Amino acid sequence: MENRLQHIFLSICLLVVVLVGFTPTTQAATDPSALELEPLVVREPERRKIDIDRLDTEDWEVGVFAGLMNVEDFGTDTLTGVRIAYHVTEDFFVEAQYGMTDLGQTSFERLSGGAQLLTDDQREMSYYNLSVGYNVFPGESFIASRWAFKGGLYVIAGIGSTDFAGDERFTLNVGLGYRLIATDWLAFHFNVRDHIFDSDLLGREETLHNIEFSGGLTIFF
Amino acid sequence: MTRRLTSGCIALLGLLLATPALAVYNPLNLLQNYQPEVVVSDPYVEMHTGPGRGYPIFYVAGQGDAITLLKQRTDWFKIRLARGAHRTKEGWVHIDQMRHTLDLDGNPIEFVDYGIDSFSGRRWEMGITGGDFEGAAAITTYVGYAVNPYITLQIEASQILGDFSDGSMFGANILMYPFPNWRVSPYFTIGTGIVEIEPQTTIVQAEDRRDEIAHAGVGANIYLSDRFILRFEYKRHTVLTSRDDNEEIDQWKTGFSIFF
Repeated sequence: MENRLQHIFLSICLLVVVLVGFTPTTQAATDPSALELEPLVVREPERRKIDIDRLDTEDWEVGVFAGLMNVEDFGTDTLTGVRIAYHVTEDFFVEAQYGMTDLGQTSFERLSGGAQLLTDDQREMSYYNLSVGYNVFPGESFIASRWAFKGGLYVIAGIGSTDFAGDERFTLNVGLGYRLIATDWLAFHFNVRDHIFDSDLLGREETLHNIEFSGGLTIFF
Repeated sequence: MTRRLTSGCIALLGLLLATPALAVYNPLNLLQNYQPEVVVSDPYVEMHTGPGRGYPIFYVAGQGDAITLLKQRTDWFKIRLARGAHRTKEGWVHIDQMRHTLDLDGNPIEFVDYGIDSFSGRRWEMGITGGDFEGAAAITTYVGYAVNPYITLQIEASQILGDFSDGSMFGANILMYPFPNWRVSPYFTIGTGIVEIEPQTTIVQAEDRRDEIAHAGVGANIYLSDRFILRFEYKRHTVLTSRDDNEEIDQWKTGFSIFF
């Protein structure tokens, strides 16, 4: 019986505590004048969606080169040029190249003493070509034990045109190059290239092989 | 000639010595500074010293690491990983490992994946072809824009290199692809342009000629992989000469294009 009375008493106490504890807040909530409004700040969710297309892509490579070009029958002279390449994958790239050199004298001209086969204008030789390159041995090259350079060998082949002795000749080119990547955006190139075209300049139609040795630098952008 | 070579060598050597100073400063990239941060969700991603599988792995970024994307070259991303308060590691990660990274809100990131679908839905393409132009060699470069998967507008420039005459040709064409979703996708083309022919200097002098041409042809694009397309084409040109007869010229060519 005592227990029962205690139970009722405690329940009433609890009810009172609960009512006292909660009533003021419920009253305040129902009374608009007592409402203290917090200043409403609408926060736009920060746009953090990542757009990979906006990332800086460095698939283009543009640069200059200089070297020597041997033109069959005409000797060797300096060569200068420009090149631009686009890296389609890590293995393949396409390249456009333009080069200029001068033609020397043929042995016939030197031996005949004064007979000139070509005018000065015709001695200016230039070529352009469009080629596909394949990186065969990409990797690091070590100079001493602490210096490692990124780079790699590539093979390249393509078609183009050579302005030779005043005429345009369809030209095939094949070659081998080494690309030494000095920094992420600067590379040095060393190239050996054979430019092959037909000519009948010296009497009969023959296939001329013209070897180019060149070095240059390119910038990735 | 020797002086030119020497000065060239000196300039090259100077640049080689200056490279460490230039390493942080690429003049062509001043305007590019979008460098988003992503979170690694795979157990780890491998960082290579260069953008290629031939370059060794020198570090790994672990699951939950935040990495900053710096730039992209082909399928490789240059990333920066913070190690401690002041130290960072920079390396190159392949796109296949990047696919499982998340943005800072935990959402997956979209990386492009070139495949047969992107071939059918390509917008821009450029390429080169070589071939036979009525006995002469012809080199052609072209740029195409796909209005929709069935129609592509294309401009092209050709150099014609013959035994007796050289020339150039410029044209604008429409290409129609009846089956753009096929891996070997045939097309029809019609177009117009101008052709200029000049005789070679070793042959007797003749007049330079400049004529309008119209052409029609058939061809096929074959999707190779990545962004490479192989192309074969046959075209019949009608040269609208000032003489009584029009001249017909057959052209066969093959080449490749890359698309964007």
